[in-house]
Parts: sequence; structure tokens; C-alpha cells
Amino acid sequence: MKQPAWLERGTPTPKVVWPLLALLILYLFNLIVMPGFFRVELIDGHLYGNLVDVLNRGTPLMIIALGMTLVIAKEGIDISVGSVLAISGSMAIYMLEGHRLWVAILAALGVGLLCGLWNGMLVAVLRIQPMVATLILLTVGRGIAQLITNGQILTTTRDSYEFIGKGFLFGIPFAVYIAAIVFLLIYLLKTKTAFGLFLESTGANRKSSEFAGVKPRVIFMTAYAICGLLAALAGIIYSSNLSSADANNAGLWYELDAILAVVIGGTSMRGGRFYLGGTVIGAIFIQSLTTTIYSLGVPPESILLVKAVVVILVCLIQSDVFRQKLTSRKRKVTAS
Amino acid sequence: MIKSGLRISSNNIIVLATLLLLILLYGSGSFMYTGFFSLQVFLNLFIDNAYLIIVATGMAFVIITGGIDLSVASVVAMISMISASLLQQGMNAYLVMVLSLLVGIVFGAGQGYLISKFQLHPWIVTLAGMFLGRGIAYLIGTESIVITNATYTAISSYKLRLFGGSFISISVVIALLFVLAALLVGKYTSFGRAVYALGGSERSAVLMGLPVSGTTIGVYALSGFCSALGGIVFTFYMLSGNSLHLMGMEMDAIAACVIGGILLTGGFGYLLGPMLGVLCTGIIQTMIIFQGTLSSWWTKIAVGFLLFLFMALQRLIVMRKESGGAPMKIARNIAKNDVKM
Repeated sequence: MKQPAWLERGTPTPKVVWPLLALLILYLFNLIVMPGFFRVELIDGHLYGNLVDVLNRGTPLMIIALGMTLVIAKEGIDISVGSVLAISGSMAIYMLEGHRLWVAILAALGVGLLCGLWNGMLVAVLRIQPMVATLILLTVGRGIAQLITNGQILTTTRDSYEFIGKGFLFGIPFAVYIAAIVFLLIYLLKTKTAFGLFLESTGANRKSSEFAGVKPRVIFMTAYAICGLLAALAGIIYSSNLSSADANNAGLWYELDAILAVVIGGTSMRGGRFYLGGTVIGAIFIQSLTTTIYSLGVPPESILLVKAVVVILVCLIQSDVFRQKLTSRKRKVTAS
Repeated sequence: MIKSGLRISSNNIIVLATLLLLILLYGSGSFMYTGFFSLQVFLNLFIDNAYLIIVATGMAFVIITGGIDLSVASVVAMISMISASLLQQGMNAYLVMVLSLLVGIVFGAGQGYLISKFQLHPWIVTLAGMFLGRGIAYLIGTESIVITNATYTAISSYKLRLFGGSFISISVVIALLFVLAALLVGKYTSFGRAVYALGGSERSAVLMGLPVSGTTIGVYALSGFCSALGGIVFTFYMLSGNSLHLMGMEMDAIAACVIGGILLTGGFGYLLGPMLGVLCTGIIQTMIIFQGTLSSWWTKIAVGFLLFLFMALQRLIVMRKESGGAPMKIARNIAKNDVKM
């Protein structure tokens, strides 16, 4: 039997294998420990079950992580996405009071775009380190969100808005469609446009791309703008799912989960090649982990502990040094 | 004239700017609000932020090597929880402190080991450390534990009298001594020099034969130690253990470092800076409390604005350094840039 190319010696393994493997192990574990995990039921024409839940709950994270992938691909990082999510959610629900639905959504997206452009301006024009530049919005963002909500938790009862995060279309949660469209658009952006190529090339080697005539500033600005926009979109879904906007707690630690999803997905923090499919699988992995822990009946307090251990394990497996050490030890054993 | 100005800029302008800002903020506060200009208000800044001064100084070491430590806040929470629950079971207070410090060192060293041996990104490893710290704290208990231990309450309520009826707490003494020690370590020990060298250029540090991986592990262990010490000081301050203590404090520590002139690209910064940065944010907080009508989230916005200012300043200095060469050439380059902008 002929092996696939990546199993042959010498060719590097495609990065997407590792997150897939991790996800598979997690699902295998679930299959053994609680067979009910995979049951999907059709109630009132809506699909219900843990797997649907994973997809539905995971959409904001998935969308944010996709934006984050673009930013990390150009050797940047955006740690303000959680705050942008809070701002856009607050904005949307604030604007729903006395405005049409599309006005509210556009306002929220617009705010996100502005936040992204601000980050991009700091990084591309002022050339401040990305982590520090986005740190500003991380701290200020929640303040701005509170400025919008006036320090209260805003709620809405508008059905059309709630449909975005809670509704079902052909039995599948509506938010999943949004995530799929976002993924498709970004995938097309990566493969079919010059922008995708330029993004990878500036991330891999900024100087040589500059010599080749690529303008890194424009590329960086666009990447951050898209990231902000997607964070705002995630904010809309998030707030619509909860029918409320909480400036303090909405999207808390989302930036960290998103970075994790990207890294688990195989995109290097040092920029260069990026893997959109890997990111999606990474996001699904994180969400599945959360759902698994909840449905195992493990006290939710320990969720962070498990997350920490899993993150370290996944990163170790991805680390070339670690794998080399493992294989060299194995070889030593067989040799002796 | 130009020459002396440039000499300031390349070495210590950010720390000087922070100091100036501190004086300006304090001056305007005293001018605007009655009762602001008192020694006790100033000393309260230290009392309320002693733990943050310690943690931020430890973070500064990590940042100078070009790394980052996101786990500090959760380690503080974890230590507060560990000491509270151990004290509840009647363990000796001093033993608890020693144990806490050991836990912090081991925690930090473990992170450093993963980062240096497996070339993992510090962001990811310390992020996992952050989850781990909070997770352990949650496992110990989700409820707040009040500390009634006699030694802890005695230390907590002890007031070191200064002249004029003002006082400081023991935590302040610990924090100040710690900053002094950090300054000395950074300047006069081989470890301190290796930290700066590593941040300047890891490759050069390797070629020079510096113990790079040892320094990396050491610096994270130091940060873990600082978080544990900060945790003990914070426990004195709060007299309770709570797994939800100080959510997001790691960002405050990083912000204090930035405002205090620690260059986030590594290799540069005065270890006195983080303390000044903490004091700056502390004064803003005090001013907002004195003002009375503004809500507390204005602090965040003000701190964010300060962050922006100082980053722009850092950027300016790095640009000057990059253009390199003789001072006159730098001055010319800057003049050219100004015209272009």
C-alpha cells in the first residue's frame, strides 16, 4: 500500500494533522466514556445535541480566531478582540433602542472596523510592537463599552436580533451559517487574491517582500481591520445569543482562547504560512473540550486546569524539539 | 546643547518622563482637590499598590529578556488561596510564607523550563500557566476564605509611624526593599547582565557563551517568586483568599512596565521604572476617587491614554537608535522625518 506523501520520511508533516489528531483523541475519549455525547436529535425541525452545541457555542470564537489568524500570519497579534467584542455587542444593543435592525448591526460592525483600523494604525504607521499596541485597546475597550452601556447591563427583546445568535435555519443554528460564510470569504481571500499571498510573504520575511514591491503598511492595516470587523461580528452573535450586553464580562479571555485556537491550528506565532482550516479545528477543539468537561459532570472550577494541561500537551506535541527528543529516546531504546 | 539632550534620550528619557508625569499628576491633583496634597495620600499609593510594585518589577525582568509572563495575576490569586486555606488548617504563618514562595519559584521555573527547552512561545506557556494558577485556586475553593491567623492580622494592621502622624505598612517596606534589591541585581550581578544581554540579542548571548537557557529559567523563576511575594503582600492587604482576586492584573503589571520605560522588545529599561509606572496609575485612580462623580472605568481610559503616550515615546527612541551613528546624524534624520511627517 502506498503511503500518503506526508507519511514518507523526510517530508514534513502538514500542520493540520496535529489539531485533527487532538480532536480525534478527545472524541474517542468521549465515545468511550459517554456514548451519549454524539447523539443528535431532531426536535421541532431543529437539531439538538452536544455536537450541534459545540458548533453553535463555538461560532464567536471561530470567527474571532479566523481574524486572529490573519493578524498572526503577519507576525502580529491582537489581544484587544475580547474588548472589541464587548464594544460591538454594547453598541448593537444600545442602537437597537429606537433604530432599525440593520442600523444597529452596521453601527456595531463600524465600531469594530474603527477599532481594527486604530490597531492597524498603531502597528503599521507608528510601528509599535503589536502586542503593546493592542494592549491599549484591551484596557480602554472595556471602558468605552461601559461608556456606551452607561455601566449597566443592556438587554433587548427584539426577535429579529435574537435570531442571529439563537435562531435555526433548516435545522442548523443560524450562527453556523455566518461562520461558514466568513470562513469561505477568508479562504477565498487567502487563495484567490494577491492580498493572501502578500500577507504570507510579509509575515515570512518582511524585508524581502518590501524589496519585491509589497507595501507592508497596507497589508497590515487590512489584516487588523478585518480582525476588528470579525471581532465585532462575533460580538453581535455573542450578545444576540444572550440577548444582553455586559461591558465587563462579555468576551472575557476570548483573546486568549482565540490565540490558542490559532496556535493549536498550526499557525506559527512567528508569522508566515497560515492555516485557516487548522484554526477552525482549533476553535472546535477548545469548544469541544469545554463541552466535554461540562457534560462529564466535572466541577466547572476545574475547566481551567484541564485547559492548561491540554494546552501544554498540544504545544509540546507541536514542538519539533520535543518530538525529536521523544524519537531519539525511542531509537536509543531499540538500539540497546 | 543637542548632544546633551540626545544623551538623555538614549538612556533614561522615559524614566525621566515618567518621573515628570508623576510630579505633574500629583501637582495637578493637589491643585484641584483639597486634601490631596498630604503625605498620607502619597504614602497610601504605596500601601494600596505594594503588591503591584513587586509583581511589576518581576515582570520587568522577564520583559527585559524579551519574554512575557501572563501568569502573574493568577499566581497571586493562587497564593492567596493556598495561604488562606493552609492558615485555616492551623499551619504556622511563617511556614506558610516560605511554602508560598517555594510554590511560586517552582511554578515560574516550570514555565521557564518549557519555554527554554522546547522553544515554546512564552505567550502560550504563560497563558497555560495563567489557566493553571486560576484552576488550582478554584480547586482549593470557590468561596472566599477569611484569614484570622494572629500573625497575619498583626502584620496586616501594623503601622510603621513616620513623622507627622503618617504611616506605612510592612508591605510597603517589603516592596521598597525588593525594588532596591532588584536594582542591585540588575546592575551588579552576572545574572542581571545576562538578562539584559539576552534581551538585546539572544544569538549574541549564545555566542558570548552566556548561560542562555539557565537565565531564561531563572528569570521566569524570579517572576514566579515575585508573584508569590506579591501574593503574600496582597494577602496581608486583603486578609482573605479568593480565587477571583485580581482578574486581569497581569495587564496592569505590563502597563506599569511600559509606562515605566521598560522596552517591550527587550534589552532595555530601568528597574525603577515599573514602580514609577504603578505610582502613576495609582495617582490617576486617587484623582478619580477625589473627583467623586466620575466612575471607576475612567481610570482604564486614562491609563490607556498614558500607555499610548509612552509607547509613542518608546517608538521615537527606538527610531533614533535604529538610525544609529553619530548624534548629529541622528538629529538630522529626525529633522528629516519630522519634515516628511
